[in-house]
Amino acid sequence: MAGANVEKYKSDGTTAGNLLEWLDARFPLMALWNDHLAKYYAPKNFNFWYFFGSLALLVLVMQIVTGVFLVMHYKPDASLNASGVPVAFASVEYIMRDVPWGWLIRYMHSTGASAFFIVVYLHMFRGMLYGSYRQPRELVWIIGVLIFLVLMATAFMGYLLPWGQMSYWGAQVILNLFTAIPLIGNDLGVWIRGDYVVGDATLNRLFSLHYLLPVLILPALVAVHLIALHEVGSNNPDGIEIKKKKDQNGVPLDGIPFHPYYTVKDIVGVVVFLIVFSAVVFFMPEGGGYFLEANNFYPADPLVTPPHIAPVWYFGPFYSILRANTVNFFWIDAKLWGVIFMGLGVMVFFFLPWLDRSPVKSIRYRGPLYKGALTIFVISFVILGYLGMLAPTPGRTLVAQICTILYFAFFLLMPIYTALDKCKPEPERVTG
Amino acid sequence: MSCDDKVDCGRRRLLVATSVAGGVAGVAAVVPFVSSLAPSERAKSAGAPVEVDISKLQPGEMMTVEWRGKPVWIIHRTKEMLDNLSKHDDKLADPKSERHQQPDYAKNEYRSIKPEYLVAIGICTHLGCSPTEKFKTGAESGIDADWPGGFLCPCHGSTFDLAGRVFKNKPAPDNLEIPPHYYLSDAKILIGEDKKGA
Repeated sequence: MAGANVEKYKSDGTTAGNLLEWLDARFPLMALWNDHLAKYYAPKNFNFWYFFGSLALLVLVMQIVTGVFLVMHYKPDASLNASGVPVAFASVEYIMRDVPWGWLIRYMHSTGASAFFIVVYLHMFRGMLYGSYRQPRELVWIIGVLIFLVLMATAFMGYLLPWGQMSYWGAQVILNLFTAIPLIGNDLGVWIRGDYVVGDATLNRLFSLHYLLPVLILPALVAVHLIALHEVGSNNPDGIEIKKKKDQNGVPLDGIPFHPYYTVKDIVGVVVFLIVFSAVVFFMPEGGGYFLEANNFYPADPLVTPPHIAPVWYFGPFYSILRANTVNFFWIDAKLWGVIFMGLGVMVFFFLPWLDRSPVKSIRYRGPLYKGALTIFVISFVILGYLGMLAPTPGRTLVAQICTILYFAFFLLMPIYTALDKCKPEPERVTG
Repeated sequence: MSCDDKVDCGRRRLLVATSVAGGVAGVAAVVPFVSSLAPSERAKSAGAPVEVDISKLQPGEMMTVEWRGKPVWIIHRTKEMLDNLSKHDDKLADPKSERHQQPDYAKNEYRSIKPEYLVAIGICTHLGCSPTEKFKTGAESGIDADWPGGFLCPCHGSTFDLAGRVFKNKPAPDNLEIPPHYYLSDAKILIGEDKKGA
């Protein structure tokens, strides 16, 4: 795949051809184009689930563009203006009311955050359906989980910026997670906040990082994710390696060039996505209170926690796991257990490639044990997400505890049930 | 380090020494950046004590004042509220206030200097939400039938009694913090400072 040995572009005598030859002699333009698009052979049997990778890239670009324009009007300042409203909160309202088309750019950005998580969750689920994390794609998966972590951090920081009640108290809760660490916790909390409570210092540093992470770190990770993917080649719904059957030119028999086949196919996905996305942006930008919560239309008040605070929906499952820990075990109290399990709830995804012992990759050839386990996992994940947005009651806490156990059981018991499962034989070639 | 005729040991030593010196300087350069994130001098000086007039606070009422950006509650407890405090010790995580969540002068069964006035930081020891008052007792509170009156944290459901003591098997590990404070007179409390010489 290395670009250095590829033959350089030869001009056909036209002006455009001459320019391209000049460029290609000085920059591996054609090599990059061929390695990643025109001669990157992807399996021909990609289905619906394979739209979400390119859609995630689209949403990332959209978030960066809308974000850059929002920053031209936004002010990260927690001090109160002449009317007694925090400057940051007022600047978001200013964007919404007075900046020409500001409402659209802001709603695209706030809806984009939720869209990002919908797309990424479906993209990850695709990986679990077809075993895309399995050897030789472990590193692609690990980088993907890193992207997911950075995405969560970015979304959390972004939600603080409007400086509404949910922004403030959400940040208070999440940043206080660090205070659960024994001995150094309280000092660490002060250092992270830059003050004894969430305040102006906190707002400014999270704003700084909300720029750094998505504009520099995320695109870099996405590039590494794609380079690693293109090194090993894409998985497919049959979970078999198309590189095992090649023609005389070394092209996989079941592979088709990514460009034009999948670029065109992905455009269809983009169009459908944008129709749905626009409908939300124009007709229900608050997403029924799930994308932008009602309490965030009140300016931050450090003295009063709203009677019901809940994270945005995409953090619901992990928040539920945090809340489900109410028992002191050994010498560690419930607060620290909650933080540990919430962290493990994300980190456990890193280990998926090594937990899965099944002889086959794809759900199509797996046996009933894995199918059942995955179904239970998805149901638990959805219930946890739903409970995370509701106020806690003893009954709901019990349900959350059961779902938390099922969530972790899916991962921890995986080496056992995937090894015992009755799998079907994989086909030699992809089945379409 | 192995030295044979192909390696110039003098140069290699110089390389290693240079790398180590450069590495130390590089690590040292991190210090100002890490330190810059700590609270600024302005943030540190903003924690001045607050004087509160409690003369208008009726029995059974509470008021909230701000100290260091945090809500501080002052609750004027009735005789009935005080009598109830001793009845549910078995349900509390730290009924005797043995963990260091209060100054020594508030380490008593009421967690206060004067029994009727509780001064506490209204920040849940779990993850920092501000609990809401649930002074009504029993089933009427919406919590449970033998609820003795106290506070419920809306975020994760931790409950505290009217002395700010946390109930067992809730996410919050500790009782509410009692800030340093003392009485300037019967009607005035200074929050944020211990009594001089005390």
